[in-house]
Order: sequence, then structure tokens, then C-alpha cells
Amino acid sequence: MQSNAALEYDYSVAKLFTYTTILFGFLGMLIGTLIAAQLAFPELNYLLGEYGTFSRLRPLHTNIVIFGFTLSGVFATFYYSAQRVLKVSMAESKFIMFIGKFHFWLYFVGALLGVISLLLGYTQSKEYAQFEWPIDIVIVLVWVLWGVAMFALIGIRREKALYISIWYYIACFLGIAMLYLFNNMSVPTYFASGGLGNILHSVSMYSGTNDALVQWWYGHNAVAFGFTVPIVAMIYYFLPKESGQAIYSYKLSLLSFWGLMFVYLWAGSHHLLWSTVPDWMQTMGSVFSVVLILPSWGSAINMLLTMKGEWNQLTENPLIKFMVLASTFYMLSTLEGPIQAIKSVNAIAHFTDWIPGHVHDGVLGWVVFMIMAALFHMAPRMFKREIYSKKLLEAQFWLQTTAVVLYFTSMWIAGITQGMMWRAVDEYGNLMYSFIDTVTVLHPYYAIRALSGVMYLTGFLMFAYNMYKTMTSSRELTEEPQFRSPMA
Amino acid sequence: MDIRELQGYASFFMTIFLVVMLYWYIVYLYRSEKKGDKDYEKLGNIALDDEIDSKPIDTSSVTPREKKEQDK
Ligand code: HEM
Repeated sequence: MQSNAALEYDYSVAKLFTYTTILFGFLGMLIGTLIAAQLAFPELNYLLGEYGTFSRLRPLHTNIVIFGFTLSGVFATFYYSAQRVLKVSMAESKFIMFIGKFHFWLYFVGALLGVISLLLGYTQSKEYAQFEWPIDIVIVLVWVLWGVAMFALIGIRREKALYISIWYYIACFLGIAMLYLFNNMSVPTYFASGGLGNILHSVSMYSGTNDALVQWWYGHNAVAFGFTVPIVAMIYYFLPKESGQAIYSYKLSLLSFWGLMFVYLWAGSHHLLWSTVPDWMQTMGSVFSVVLILPSWGSAINMLLTMKGEWNQLTENPLIKFMVLASTFYMLSTLEGPIQAIKSVNAIAHFTDWIPGHVHDGVLGWVVFMIMAALFHMAPRMFKREIYSKKLLEAQFWLQTTAVVLYFTSMWIAGITQGMMWRAVDEYGNLMYSFIDTVTVLHPYYAIRALSGVMYLTGFLMFAYNMYKTMTSSRELTEEPQFRSPMA
Repeated sequence: MDIRELQGYASFFMTIFLVVMLYWYIVYLYRSEKKGDKDYEKLGNIALDDEIDSKPIDTSSVTPREKKEQDK
């Protein structure tokens, strides 16, 4: 391969997505912290008129962290690592470069439109699928562009075998494509009615229980294919690469992949336990949720065993610390979820704060930790400078770890207290508490969550600053580090 | 039997079928390694040795593109 001597991987698209990961991460978590504070101190609802109310900001928070932050992270790490494991540079094909850049810009415009439309109150009122139909169309185009870039890269690869991370990225692509299309099927009322009402408004093509089923088949699998599958893709590349240790068992990674694909899609009905969906479907949701522990832990244990014999790296390299903690939190939340899906537990947990508690030990401990670690690993290679500060990285790690623990423990206590109080009856069968009684009891826990938000957000700002300094003023590297990322 | 019940049975048997497939896959993975057709564990090195000019790890067959480059 003499002719490739001067060839290098091209990180221009990965860099662009890195910037948006940081931007949307900050925005999303800022709003998250604000709404957490609003739940504790309701006066904060009135800071910005209609634009600052909890109901307006909550969907903004979820959509920015999911479609802004997480997806940017997925795209950034994809455009970085896919080239490497396929051993092909984007620069080798003008077409792929063009698609990659077009993908980014269309995504960015779409994301901005999405943020603005939600802020103005345009919504389909389906959780995580709030965007109205014109924005859905942009999202579909963005997704198709990603698919084109992905399969074009795969098409010109030098490494024949597709590394396990690529399998997971492909699954993310196919899974979200299917879910998003089906759940967002809707009729724009303006056209259907011959010109009445707002042009942006639409209604779902499904109704009643069917609508709920499609919605939670989507909602749960958005977690699967947005928060799990591509993050597993990341850890399968970045942990081995950073530690210099190949995956403990490649066969186990393949098996857990198919296990995850097979089981996840059936678990969504656990969001609808005790509701009007057929009983067998609820039972199936519960059973599959419990079985889901197996493939999830299969991946997580595989990651931990990858560090076998090299645990000293955990104390020496903060990036390993981030990734090991991420896989540990992955184990925690994939054990907690199945517990919540057991019907009797769900009778207490449903509609309580335990659910956001569960969501956030997953996203803060697993998703965000893994994405930050991946970007830190990529930075010295993309910008050819060492990571600006190890001390800052360590401080950030402890601050954010404490914040996650405060978040989920406070929500565990709040959620279970709430669930028990709602159900408590006296000897005559009358409810013992009114709603406001629960609110009074929960106030301290909401305040703790708001505090944890401030801490986590501060940690994210430390990450952003460290990245900024790494890009601009850190010591330059003369050659690319092979495994461990250099840091000052 | 109404459609609901039918759906329930269909889901049950499909599950059984997929479980069998999954277990069969484990057997398949170990068998093909034993027979020497595949070396899965070697593929873990794709993440470690990922320079653009390093040799592909999977040598069991060549991609069309490699063939073109070799033919040159
Ligand atoms: C500073 C960090 C964060 C804080 C303080 C925060 C706070 C909150 C709050 C207060 C809610 C509403 C809970 C309720 O309605 O009772 C919420 C919901 C949610 N957040 Fe966050 N959040 C943060 C980061 C994130 C991140 C990074 C993600 C994802 C990557 C995320 C994903 C979600 C999701 C999916 C929900 C909806 C949960 C549900 O419907 O049960 N959050 N967050």
C-alpha cells in the first residue's frame, strides 16, 4: 500500500459534531437544571413568561439532550471511529466528504428549527416525538444522509470484517429509522381539512390504546437504539483503544449483540403496565424486560473483563475511570429497569420520581460519561495536542460522580415515598393523603436534585473548558499516541 | 379464536423460535472456530491496530477494493 503513505484519516466532520455535542450538552443540561429547580421552587416558573414554564421547557430539555447532545456525540464518534476500524479515510472519496458535511449542516439547521419550534409551543404531544411534521421530514433526511455516509464508507473499506462497533452503529441507524417513521406517522390537519387551522399542526394516525402502544414501542426503543446501542458501540472501540487491551471476548460481544436486538424490541409495553393494553402483552413486556438483563450485562461484563490484569490503569488514567464507571452505571440501570418492570413493583413505581431517577442514573452515569470520555480520547488525535489538564479531569470526575449519586438516591427516596403515600389507605379504605401532602414531603429531595443538577452542569462546563483549551492552547504533539491519551 | 388470542400465540411461538436461533448461534460461533473457519477473537485487534496504513486484521478473504489495489 505504498500509494497510501501520505493518506490520513479526515476528522473534519467528527470535529463539527464534537462542537455541537458540547453546545447542546450545555444547553440541555442548563435547562435540565432549571426545570429541576422549578420543581423544588415553583416561583422559578415565571422568569420568562410563557417561554420559561416547566411545561414548555421539559420537552425542550429531553429533545435537546437526546437529539442534540446524544446524537451529536453518536455522529462525532461514528465519523471518527468508523474510518479507523474500517481502515479507510473519508478524504478518499469526495462523495463521502460531501455527504458527511451536508449531513452535519442539515442536522444543525434541523436542530435549531426543532429548538425554536418547541420553544414556541409547537408539539405533537408525544414524548420524545414532539417535533411537528416539517421537522420530522428534516430529521428523516438527516438520517438518510447518515446512512448514505455509513454504507458508502463500509463499501470502500479495507478491513473486511466489520468490527463490533460498526454492527452497533448500523443497528442504531436501522432501529431509529424504523421507530421514528412509524411513531411519527401523522396527518397534517391543514391539508386534510382543506386549509383550516395552523399549517404546522398534525394529529397522529393512530388512536387510543394503539397510539399508546406505538408510542411506547417507540419510546422504549428510543432508549434502546439511542441511549444504549450507539453508546455500546463507543465503549467497544474507545475502551480497548485507550487501554491497549483487546475486548475480553469477541464472541460474547457478538452474542450479546443479537441478544439485545432480539429482546429489546419486545419490552416497550412495560411502560403500559396496568393500562388498557391486552394482558398478555403486559406480561410479555415484563418478562422480556427481565430477560434483558442478560444481553445488557453480557456487554457490560465484557467491558469490565477487558480491563483484566490492567486494573492499575483505573488509578492512573482518568479516561479509563470514566469508561469503567460508565459501564458500571450501565449495569446498575439495566438491573433497575427490569426491577421496575415487574408488575407489582411497577404498581408503586409508575408515575413517580423513581422513573426520572432511573432515567438519569442511565443517562448521566452511562451516556454522558461515555460520550465525554470518547471525545477526550479523540481530542489529542483530532487536534494533535495533548489533553489540557489531568487535574481538571479528575476533579470533574468526582464532582459529576457525586452529582449522579445525589440525583438518583434522592429520586429513589422521593419516588418510593410518593408511591407509598398515593396508595396508603386507612382502615375504612379511604385515601390517607392528599396530593399536596406528598408535595410537601418531597420538597427536600427535589432541592437535592436541583443541587445535583448544578454540580453536574458545573462538571460539564469543566469538560467544555478542558476541551476548548485542548483544541486551542495545549502542548502540541509530534506524533499520534497509540493507546493512552496524553494529558498535562 | 379471536385476533387478540391469535396474536398472543403468534408472539409465543415466534419467541420460542428466536430463542432456539440464539442458542444455535452460540453453537455456530464455537463450531466454526473449532473447525478453523473463523478466528473471532483475533477481530478484537481491529480496534487496537487501526492506523490507515496497517494491515487488515481479517485475512480470511479480501474486500473487492483490496483486490483492485493488489491487482494494480
Ligand atoms: C444537569 C443534568 C440534568 C438535570 C438536572 C436533569 C433534570 C431533569 C428533570 C428535572 C426532568 C423532569 C423530571 C420530571 O418531570 O419529574 C428530566 C427529565 C428527563 N431527562 Fe434530564 N436532566 C439532566 C440531564 C439529562 C441528560 C444528559 C439526559 C439524556 C442524555 C436527560 C434525559 C432526560 C429524559 C429522557 C427525561 C424524561 C424522563 C421521563 O419522562 O421519565 N437528562 N431531567
